[in-house]
Amino acid sequence: MSEPERPSSLDDLNQRLKDARGKFAPDAAPEDEGASSGGLGLGFRVAIDLVAGVAVGVFVGWLLDRWLGTTPWLMVLFFFLGAGAGFSNILRAERESRKKPD
Amino acid sequence: MASPLEQFEISPIVPIQLGSVDVSFTNSSLWMVITVVVAGGTLAIAAGRGAMVPGRLQSIGELLYEFIAGLIKETIGAEGRKYFPIIFTIFVFVLTGNLLGMVPYSFTFTSHIIVTFAMAIVIFIAVTILGFARHGTHFFAFFVPPGTPLIMYPMIPIEILSYLSRPISLAVRLFANMMAGHILLKVIAGFVAAMGVFGILPLALVVALTGLEIIIAFLQAYVFTILTCLYINDSIKLH
Repeated sequence: MSEPERPSSLDDLNQRLKDARGKFAPDAAPEDEGASSGGLGLGFRVAIDLVAGVAVGVFVGWLLDRWLGTTPWLMVLFFFLGAGAGFSNILRAERESRKKPD
Repeated sequence: MASPLEQFEISPIVPIQLGSVDVSFTNSSLWMVITVVVAGGTLAIAAGRGAMVPGRLQSIGELLYEFIAGLIKETIGAEGRKYFPIIFTIFVFVLTGNLLGMVPYSFTFTSHIIVTFAMAIVIFIAVTILGFARHGTHFFAFFVPPGTPLIMYPMIPIEILSYLSRPISLAVRLFANMMAGHILLKVIAGFVAAMGVFGILPLALVVALTGLEIIIAFLQAYVFTILTCLYINDSIKLH
């Protein structure tokens, strides 16, 4: 009815579709991320990562002990492995947060 | 005075017993249902109109959508598009749950570790299955990247434990933040009544902490979501 007045809505739609697709193009530059949640957040996160590693280690060790009947030893071993896992969690998180800007 | 831990008490509303398992409909379940209704209702109304110039509600919907879409693009890339529904659902569910928990007399289900752990373990198992579905047994290369020197092989158990610790750190992070904040609020609010006229000081602190808690509600929902994205990314791309 009022076609002559505005550009055809199909063209408009095409443009918008193109824009929307462009947003998800893999080569689009990622926006830099501003918010590292501050010192308290970081500390909380590191503590939880470390404790989670140790807890999982002890739990797995305890399960294996119960299964194999070697009672304290695997738990002791896995305590240290779990601590190692906790530290590797922290290191990985740190590396990832450094890697972010590029 | 009421204990600051009373707010976390679970009380059955409709007791249901299935065999020996207690599956009662509790206040926790009630607030989960309310969360789903509020979130779903808000988004349904937000999406329903589709006006060219968005109103308030539609703006909320669009902001949420673009926020999560941007997050996925940043962490997973274009491939992550497929996982938008689940990631969006997780974010909105956790965020709404956290925020509804800030309403006086409500119940914060995200401050219960069993709730956050259930979500985390589902995500963990799904992501592991995704990894195996994508890569088959090559997924084990996640623990032993190709070209690993023999001397690094003792690191394998550590890597596996580190992988297994993911759901725990995911669950504990959300739960600990929510619970600590809510306890702190109640403890300091307790001082207001106890200190009489000087109660004005803790009152001011409570007001400030309430603001902080609302920020934490957003932040923890964001952290939970971004970690989910990172885990999906790891499963798809194997580092």
